[in-house]
Amino acid sequence: MVPANNYLALAAFLFGLGLAGVLVKRNMLVVFMCIELMLNAANLTFLAFARQSGNLNGHAIAFFVMAVAAAEAAVGLAIVIAVFRTRGTLNVDEVRTLKN
Amino acid sequence: MSDRAELVVFWIFAVPLIVSAIGVLTARNPVNAAMSLVVAFFFLAGIYVLLAAHLIAFLQVLVYAGAIMVLFLFVIMLLTTADDQFQRARFKLMQGFGIAGAAGVAAVVVTAVRDLGPMPMRMVGAEFGTLKAVGRLLFTTYVLPFEATSLLLLVAIVGAVVVAKQRI
Repeated sequence: MVPANNYLALAAFLFGLGLAGVLVKRNMLVVFMCIELMLNAANLTFLAFARQSGNLNGHAIAFFVMAVAAAEAAVGLAIVIAVFRTRGTLNVDEVRTLKN
Repeated sequence: MSDRAELVVFWIFAVPLIVSAIGVLTARNPVNAAMSLVVAFFFLAGIYVLLAAHLIAFLQVLVYAGAIMVLFLFVIMLLTTADDQFQRARFKLMQGFGIAGAAGVAAVVVTAVRDLGPMPMRMVGAEFGTLKAVGRLLFTTYVLPFEATSLLLLVAIVGAVVVAKQRI
């Protein structure tokens, strides 16, 4: 059996990549994709612990995470469209009305 | 499956997963990033099968690689902008801090996982993670959150239409 540590380390690495993308990328859509990557890393952690403890509750949580991710993608992309319509840009650095 | 074969299969899925996840970050074109993400989701589904999460692996391909990424591609198609929009800005100091911070978070968690010591997997029955087993759990213990999910999705649909539509 592959120990759970491998899966958890993989999930941590994936989460780190997603976090780096959220912090570094400027394209709003790519930032959203990186958020999906982080959600998937969380799912992988849930499933690894579910398998490690032989408990199915982790699978139910992963299912709900997926539903929340779908809702988040729908609303988030709608916001991206609305921002693009009013500002004409997808660059997160140029959307800063609240800064001053 | 023997231990060694399982470890080999794990790496067969894990290495392309990491490579395609890095591809999401390095791609200049958002379409390329989306395609890399689809590939990453497929390999992640393979990892889920290795974890005996058959239903979640199935949903991963169907919901993530299918529905959500098609939504992303539609929005990319709608909002095609000039490619040079993002190439103007140079590499900034804050981005270096961002990468360093993310690498720090990942390093801390990986170290913590390593310090836990080996956590062997428990033996599970053949029914573990199947549609039958997870479905029974969803419709008994988690029936209230399950129904709340339908409400959440309804609110998300209405919210998306209200936010994105110019005039209702």
